[in-house]
Amino acid sequence: MQPIIVIGFLNNMKVLIEIAYALYMGFYTTLKNLFRGPFTEEYPEYKRPLPARSRAQIILTSDPDGQERCVACYLCSAVCPVDCISMQAAEADSGRRYAKWFRINFGRCIFCGLCEEACPTSAIQLTPFFENSKRDILKMVYEKADLQVDHCGKDKNYNFYAYAGIVTKSAGKGEHVKEEKPVDVRTNMP
Amino acid sequence: MWLWTLGYFILMAKITLVLTVVLLLAAYLVLVERKLLGRFQARIGPNRAGIFGILQPIADGIKLLVKEDVVLDGAERGIFQLAPVIVASMALLTFAIIPFGKPIIIGGHEIPMVISDINVGLLYAFALTSLSVYGVALGGWASNSKYALLGGIRGAAQMISYELALGLSIVPVVMMAGSFSLVEIVNAQAKWPFIIVQPLAFIIFFISALAESKRIPFDMPEAEAELGAGYHIEYSGMRFGLFFLGEYVQMQVLGALIAVFFLGGWRGPFLPGPIWLLIKIIGFSIIMVWIRATLPRFRYDQLMTLGWKILIPAALINIVITGVFIVAF
Ligand code: SF4
Ligand code: SF4
Repeated sequence: MQPIIVIGFLNNMKVLIEIAYALYMGFYTTLKNLFRGPFTEEYPEYKRPLPARSRAQIILTSDPDGQERCVACYLCSAVCPVDCISMQAAEADSGRRYAKWFRINFGRCIFCGLCEEACPTSAIQLTPFFENSKRDILKMVYEKADLQVDHCGKDKNYNFYAYAGIVTKSAGKGEHVKEEKPVDVRTNMP
Repeated sequence: MWLWTLGYFILMAKITLVLTVVLLLAAYLVLVERKLLGRFQARIGPNRAGIFGILQPIADGIKLLVKEDVVLDGAERGIFQLAPVIVASMALLTFAIIPFGKPIIIGGHEIPMVISDINVGLLYAFALTSLSVYGVALGGWASNSKYALLGGIRGAAQMISYELALGLSIVPVVMMAGSFSLVEIVNAQAKWPFIIVQPLAFIIFFISALAESKRIPFDMPEAEAELGAGYHIEYSGMRFGLFFLGEYVQMQVLGALIAVFFLGGWRGPFLPGPIWLLIKIIGFSIIMVWIRATLPRFRYDQLMTLGWKILIPAALINIVITGVFIVAF
């Protein structure tokens, strides 16, 4: 009889000590945080530099030689999950395709970045600039002129028409990068 | 006759003073709590309205006052509107009996620094805390909403469980002071505060008072995680504001009662009485914020277990021990 009481008492003491320790640790942890100071970044005063690949405001970039990159292939418009890109394709006298008009409705864009992934020419790109909210929802519809910029964005070197093998004023058959001169098939005859 | 008039004006002045301090403090306790909670969680807390958010309580007040006061179609109109008033006024009324300083003597007349020295002040205080739960229970019932009703029921159950421990824990103090009057209890602590001789009673009183004021970890009636906001879920505008105000005044009541029963009330070295009382009240409020930042909410059965199986027996044992000591010495 006696040992059982002793063991029961000791067990109770153990539980009590555990409770006291748990309480002490809890209060100690919060107190430590009180003197650690806040981690908050106060937004309008301090703007954290965002990583280059963070996704917000969309731009239409240009080639390294300054011409517009977009070839109006409709891929971005097709992949966009909320259907907020629309355009009309056209072809210039130089042989380059371009978008006659190009429109993104930022009221609907969810900044998923799929358009950027789909784009074969690196034309459409998302930028870290996110403070583009407006009072008037119609002002959220951006036209081509609002989207175009005169730099290459994240992809500094790519020039679609230099590789594509499409004949334009600037490059004929066999004049593109890594492209061989066309072969006269008849010379291949045995 | 002129003496009567003078007494009346002095009383009015005291009431005005106490009400102003209590309401101002309640408003700024909200800010202090939000700021401190922010710090406890490594945040900043409100800092947009004025420097350090000093105007935040005013902004909150304006917001609450201009919001629409919605009374639901299904609600019991009269009771619904009355409930927050009960909570806020019961909390405020408790301050009528809190002594806040040494009596001052002007022209041979002694002016006690307490609004009303009732000889059963302690019972009055307990009566008011019990009544304030009517606000919670009735508000929860009159809202005609299941969450509010659950919150109200929980509030009533919690009050019944902890009121007992609260009352029992204070019996040793009454035995030592030999009076129910709060002024006498403070006077009995002229030599040393009761917390030194009654630490167990202090702990029991503190825990049950915390439960009475419905703050974390005893915020079962509100329980925003499971009941939305519990008994005040259907309230809006200043009626919600009154519940809110009541809670923060209740914090001060708790601090003041603990100060009166265990820490010698307004007594303290060097500083004048009212300042000491304020320091003690604010100190306890800060401790309550700390508790809120640390502890999670109790489960309903844990709450009942703590009240009935631990606090009440402990309080009873404490009474017996105190009685033995008083008889023996
Ligand atoms: S980021 Fe997504 S939603 Fe926005 S335009 Fe591109 S594909 Fe559409
Ligand atoms: S932005 Fe890119 S994907 Fe979209 S139409 Fe132009 S080239 Fe095609």
